[in-house]
Amino acid sequence: MNDTYDLRMGESHIEVHKFRGGAIVAATIIALFLQTSVPVHFPKFAILDLPLLITIYFGLSRRNPSTGLLLGMMIGLLQDSLSGPTVPIGLYGIAKTIIGYLASSIGARLDTEHPIARFALTVLFFGVHQGVVVLTRRLLLAQPEPWFNLHLAIGAAVNAVVGVFLFMLLDRLRKN
Amino acid sequence: MLLDAMVAIPSRHKSLVLLIGVVVLQVLFLAVQIRRDSQGRLIRVWTVGAVTPFERAGASGVGGIRGVWNHYFALQHTSRDNERLVQENAELKLQLVQLQNKADEADRLAKLLNFRQSHQNVPMLGARVIGASADSATQTIFLDRGERDGIRRNMGVITPDGVVGKVSESYRDTAQVLLLTDKDSGVGAMLAASRIQSPVGGVGEPLLAMKYVANDDTVAIGERVVTSGMDRIFPRDLPVGTVAQIKDGNPFKQIRLKPAANLESLEDVIVLLTLQPLDLTKSEKEAGSASSGPTSETAKKDSPVPAKTAKP
Repeated sequence: MNDTYDLRMGESHIEVHKFRGGAIVAATIIALFLQTSVPVHFPKFAILDLPLLITIYFGLSRRNPSTGLLLGMMIGLLQDSLSGPTVPIGLYGIAKTIIGYLASSIGARLDTEHPIARFALTVLFFGVHQGVVVLTRRLLLAQPEPWFNLHLAIGAAVNAVVGVFLFMLLDRLRKN
Repeated sequence: MLLDAMVAIPSRHKSLVLLIGVVVLQVLFLAVQIRRDSQGRLIRVWTVGAVTPFERAGASGVGGIRGVWNHYFALQHTSRDNERLVQENAELKLQLVQLQNKADEADRLAKLLNFRQSHQNVPMLGARVIGASADSATQTIFLDRGERDGIRRNMGVITPDGVVGKVSESYRDTAQVLLLTDKDSGVGAMLAASRIQSPVGGVGEPLLAMKYVANDDTVAIGERVVTSGMDRIFPRDLPVGTVAQIKDGNPFKQIRLKPAANLESLEDVIVLLTLQPLDLTKSEKEAGSASSGPTSETAKKDSPVPAKTAKP
């Protein structure tokens, strides 16, 4: 079985990565676990959205929109399940489904291995994710929420920085 | 049918259709939750049930790690804090002792001042005890005032609590005081209640001796003994001590007094700067007339009980 293969799009060819068995599941569970556990001891940790970073990373790496959106949906629904009562199941599910799809689609067209590209894409996806969540809240849940503020801007930057290093770490889970 | 429809969709649009389908499904699920006011309890139960054990383990792990870190590794600050606190504690203890001493001194000085103010007509001088006898056989102290300050031999030395002794020697800048507890010391005294007079002297011990009280005279433990003024050194009615022990003797009772003044830890005293007989009653009366009413001291002085002379 080929661990990597080329996805030819026109003249360019982009590598599609495969991961060790259980790597995606393990990374997802660990991300959810950390997301719900660490803020108990370090409240500032809550600014990170590890499930989002996992969704982005595997979307960019797998470069398959279908698996990307399904993975995003699963991660989002799990995140919804572990969130508070004001978060109905599906809120983050919808947002991360879209992020998974977009990340996979962009990953299939661009080289997203460079840290700067990863940083910029993470900022972009963070913004889109936030936009979808706010839109869903406003339209479907009648919950007024700011589209964007300073806290979210800092969150975007922090998530992007952490994402760069986290993605490097996750790169080690790839099959060579 | 849906499968046929999916097959008919070009492959590059399949994921888009899947996205739309998944999102719509979730929106519908959201709508159901809102309409039924439910929160997808089953999914939550499953997810929480799956994650909670890890969280619990993680929490105990984090707690353990934090405990190990805080108690075994991150002790640099603790050690530093401990050193600082120990030092601070020592400094505070020292300050406390100093403040306590100052407070005691302030109390003593306040007493002296009050005494001085209530006897303004009596010439007196405050002095500080600067030394004690070089031998243990005699009970003397040295004051920081002497002849230059007007101190002469046989002047009385007191504290606001009571009689201390008399000046045995006066030097240029210091004076030696023979304490009441010395074997050679003596003061004219009387029992405050019965007005029975008898000299009181030292026996070389902390307690004083009242020497000439007849066996048939009534004396009670705790009874106050005051100066009689008969020695022409101390004015009348200064506290000398309280009766601590009474034994029948032959021909006189053996009475031991606890000195009114704390002779074992004197720091500040008052020297009565006169060799003439003093009448503190008069000066206190004058002070009392200026105040609102008679004090217990003046009432005591106005006592109708006549002074009796001890039967030798």
